[in-house]
Amino acid sequence: MTPAGFLEPIFAPGFFENEAVHVALAIGTAVAIVTAVVGVFTVMRGQSFAGESLGDIGTTGGSAASLVGVGPLAGFVAIDVLAAAAMELIGVQRVRGRDLATGIVLGAAIGLAALFLYLDTTQGSGNGSTVTILFGSIFAISSGTIPAVVGLAVLSVALIALLYRPLLLSTVSPEIAAARGIPVRLVGAAYLLTLALATALAAITIGTILSTALLIGPAAAALRLTTRPLRAMLVATALGVGAVWAGIVLAYDSYHWPPQEHGWPVSFFVVALVFVFYLLSGLSGLLDRRRARLLDRAGPAAAEA
Amino acid sequence: MSAAVLSVEELGVRISGRQVLDRVDFAIAPGEFTGLIGSNGAGKTTLFRAILGLQRPTSGRVLLDGRPRSRRGTAIGYVPQKFLLDPDLPLRGRDLVALGLDAGRLGPPTRPRRRRAAVEEALAAVDAEAFADTRVGRLSGGEQQRILIAHALISRPRLLLADEPLANLDLRSAQEVVALLARVCREQGVAVLISAHEINPLLPVMDRIVYLAHGRAASGTSEEVIRPDVLSRLYGHHVDVIDVHGRVLIVAGAGDDADLEGCEETVHHLPEVIQ
Repeated sequence: MTPAGFLEPIFAPGFFENEAVHVALAIGTAVAIVTAVVGVFTVMRGQSFAGESLGDIGTTGGSAASLVGVGPLAGFVAIDVLAAAAMELIGVQRVRGRDLATGIVLGAAIGLAALFLYLDTTQGSGNGSTVTILFGSIFAISSGTIPAVVGLAVLSVALIALLYRPLLLSTVSPEIAAARGIPVRLVGAAYLLTLALATALAAITIGTILSTALLIGPAAAALRLTTRPLRAMLVATALGVGAVWAGIVLAYDSYHWPPQEHGWPVSFFVVALVFVFYLLSGLSGLLDRRRARLLDRAGPAAAEA
Repeated sequence: MSAAVLSVEELGVRISGRQVLDRVDFAIAPGEFTGLIGSNGAGKTTLFRAILGLQRPTSGRVLLDGRPRSRRGTAIGYVPQKFLLDPDLPLRGRDLVALGLDAGRLGPPTRPRRRRAAVEEALAAVDAEAFADTRVGRLSGGEQQRILIAHALISRPRLLLADEPLANLDLRSAQEVVALLARVCREQGVAVLISAHEINPLLPVMDRIVYLAHGRAASGTSEEVIRPDVLSRLYGHHVDVIDVHGRVLIVAGAGDDADLEGCEETVHHLPEVIQ
């Protein structure tokens, strides 16, 4: 029997026993934590476009991996790290060079992806691989992928924790950081590596096209909800993990929704929830401002009284 | 000379064929308040970058406490000129000040209690307690200056460099920042070097002036430097110094063939006189 029959409206029968659900929860949680932690810096550094592009570029690696018969994660990681290195060399760290460097690498990589995806569909065996690469399918991941995902997740978070203070100051003011002797460019390159890893991890969870939603969404919402960087990471983690868990539950439930016998994609639910969280965080900001205005208005009146 | 906290010796900097700094030579004693005065493009920022070790000199050298500066370390506190931040940046003033203590270290912060006490002390020194919990991106220009000064001071440097801290501030905020820097200089015994294109707001507090024009410098007390003969030599054409009720007006001299740079200088200092 499931843990509680009265929870059945939320957790459809078999949810807690399903092997694919276990794998999805394990991978989804690890990925949500990494993307939230890295994403806060991505948003603070104004490198959302680089994150989005690395996500898209993952398509090239994923489709190439599928051509040679390797798992997609290896393809995502390899291509994203390579692309991040190319961006770094072209000049992604200079504010003015950022969009240019990112755009050039993005264009070149997506061109290759067009070729690989074409070859995948014309001569490959898996005709569903294009959709899997672009939009993810977390229920189809084999449990053998878990160690690699967790390992990369731990590596990324550890790197951010190690570089936390120099990275934060370089983000706020590269000028002050450089004046203090912090190797700003090296720190930025190390951060870009974590961004590449986080994007690759997000890509296997919700697909290359949608990976940016998990990277930017929870972080952007968290930035509105708290005034401290560490708290922003905690809030972003809570939102990201929440969205992934709820997405998995809803996708599992959706097997019983119309059209029958075909569940809705997890990625849809995750991205939709992230979007809702972001909208709600904006609402909280509006309420804050309204409260501040009311206090301002009440202030002088109270003083006069 | 070994007592100087900063010695700039015959410093020359060439950037893409242009001699930005030419044999600049001066020294700053511990606890001195020095104004680095010059119009835009005179080489102030390049001089700062050379002192900070971010610009390699083509000739001469910069000594800190009589030794060549080491790449790392917090012997110099630095307050940069432009500071534009996203208002949504999740970083409070006190977080930025705390980074001044140990931003160079790896790993998460340690010794939270001692850290917090040091931050409180630095905030108090610049009267920034009232807005220390607001996001830095949402503070006014003057408030941000205070936070940045606290950030620079918390590691107890021997020298504080402030690049045009009065630019973009209204007159009142500018006066407050000058008074604050003068107080910090006295109370904490830190030498202050502040760049400005206006000399007058700094006249009451400066122990020494380094006047930059065309990449060359004259230094000494303001009585020694703000003189027609000294400044004329520096500018390479005749310059008059007019004293208006304790305020100084530096103008290209009459009868001179008034080259454009001199005119610019005149216009530059005029609004200050009108105030």
